[in-house]
Amino acid sequence: MYTFKQHSILPGFNLALGFTLLYLSLIVLIPLSAAFIRTAELTWPEFWTTVTTPRVLASYRLTFGASFAAACVNAIFGLLVAWVLVRYHFPGKKIVDALVDLPFALPTAVAGIALTALYAGNGWIGQFLEPLGIKVAFTPLGIFVALTFIGLPFVVRTVQPVLEDIETELEEAAATLGANRWQTFTRIIFPAIFPALMTGFALAFARAIGEYGSVIFIAGNMPMVSEITPLLIVTKLEQYDYAGATALSVVMLVISFFLLLIINLLQWWSRRRNSTT
Amino acid sequence: MTAMTYPLSADVQKQQAMQEPAWIRMFLIGLTLIFLTLFLFIPLISVFYEAFKKGADVYLAAITDPDAVAAIKLTLTIAAIAVPLNMIFGIAAAWAIAKFEFRGKNLLITLIDLPFSVSPVVSGLIYVLVFGLQGWFGSWLAEHDIKIIFAVPGIVLATVFVTVPFIARELIPLMQEQGTEEEEAAVVLGASGWQTVYQVTLPNIKWGLLYGAILCNARAMGEFGAVSVVSGHIRGSTNTMPLHVEILYNEYNFAAAFAVASLLALLALVTLALKTLIEFRNQQHQQRGQE
Repeated sequence: MYTFKQHSILPGFNLALGFTLLYLSLIVLIPLSAAFIRTAELTWPEFWTTVTTPRVLASYRLTFGASFAAACVNAIFGLLVAWVLVRYHFPGKKIVDALVDLPFALPTAVAGIALTALYAGNGWIGQFLEPLGIKVAFTPLGIFVALTFIGLPFVVRTVQPVLEDIETELEEAAATLGANRWQTFTRIIFPAIFPALMTGFALAFARAIGEYGSVIFIAGNMPMVSEITPLLIVTKLEQYDYAGATALSVVMLVISFFLLLIINLLQWWSRRRNSTT
Repeated sequence: MTAMTYPLSADVQKQQAMQEPAWIRMFLIGLTLIFLTLFLFIPLISVFYEAFKKGADVYLAAITDPDAVAAIKLTLTIAAIAVPLNMIFGIAAAWAIAKFEFRGKNLLITLIDLPFSVSPVVSGLIYVLVFGLQGWFGSWLAEHDIKIIFAVPGIVLATVFVTVPFIARELIPLMQEQGTEEEEAAVVLGASGWQTVYQVTLPNIKWGLLYGAILCNARAMGEFGAVSVVSGHIRGSTNTMPLHVEILYNEYNFAAAFAVASLLALLALVTLALKTLIEFRNQQHQQRGQE
């Protein structure tokens, strides 16, 4: 028999790779490069003033702050949901498990108007919060609620498979050696799932930063107060300020690429951690 | 099987050492259900409640309104173009990546995933920069009277962009796992490249392909941000279903907005049901394979 280590007898490599590269170039790479090339027409001081006006800075603070808070809540509750789905049994568990992916499947605009209706002063949830002096809809708090919704599946779906794969022998050994459940969790289980938890956190955070559809309905969109960066890009476009919109989108793209790098590193860490345990 | 060899009492003791006390279990399950009810189930139910709040007549009128029907048709058309395109791309990319060894493979996988990390608004904007009036090809397109931005082709392009990774990222790990032996056998026995793909590879990956296509379709039909930037929001012609929901909502026509939204929510539920069915089938298949 031949050995197929260096080359393959399978046909179609050139065609498949060629088509893949052509498609990616036309659909993804060339359009994305347009943002950078058009921004390069600005001088550095022009670019810097465009992306650091007080209104833009306020939008960064809001976008990053709300995304960070939402990702934190998702990390805590995502871990809880994953734990309960993997370790416990209760009626309707299969349906709950399937519905966790709802934020991936539900169009963002639908999520946006549903959450707004719920948290408005006369909504199902808003009517209970209003007397307490908590306003959610049309405030930064509403943005946080929308971002928590859309980021919910990320942590659950990254932690769940890792939790399923943990060998129960390790936990049994810890119990035999006299550890209580809490010690077993903090010393054995948590270190094993930590990289996956961080990956899920980073994925939820990255998604929240770019999110637009679910946020704009509930945000109120007041400049300096409840205006997220993606909305500011749209506003600039509608005012035919193409240079401003493009400069802001380059800032967003650089941040996205940076987060993508971090997520890849976290996934690599997670895989290595799981193969050694 | 091993549990059978333990005496019963030891088994119970082991259970206790390995599990949290019952009240903690109840508390954690309760907390999970409260959280998911607040953040998932109530928003989902409220879509249907708001849609039917003013009665079935208002609901039917809203979804049979000519503008709504045009939006539904446009959304279906766009998905019918974007999903097959990304299916062909997914198969080609997975064939190259999973069946061959070459340099820069990991970089290529990262590039395929790239659209997932780009903000939807930016995904739309980049097409305006290429095809818009101020864009690279803007004046040439205007001279030849071709409209891409604020027209259907722009919406298709933006949708294809945001859904590029869905099918490829399902197929790549699946085809890597399956290896190349079956295809190599087919080629050795004299099958042509296309025959190998049609008769060996496609039957092996059909469930993965369907899974990716379902997720791709859900995103293609539901995309809002990217489409919103390139659409121009012309009623009855460049308005997709999510954009129609936005217009109705901004006109304070809440019942109609939620009626159209309920169709999209239904699409999400069907997507989740099909996805769960395929996952269930794969699990059964794996178990049967192990036995």
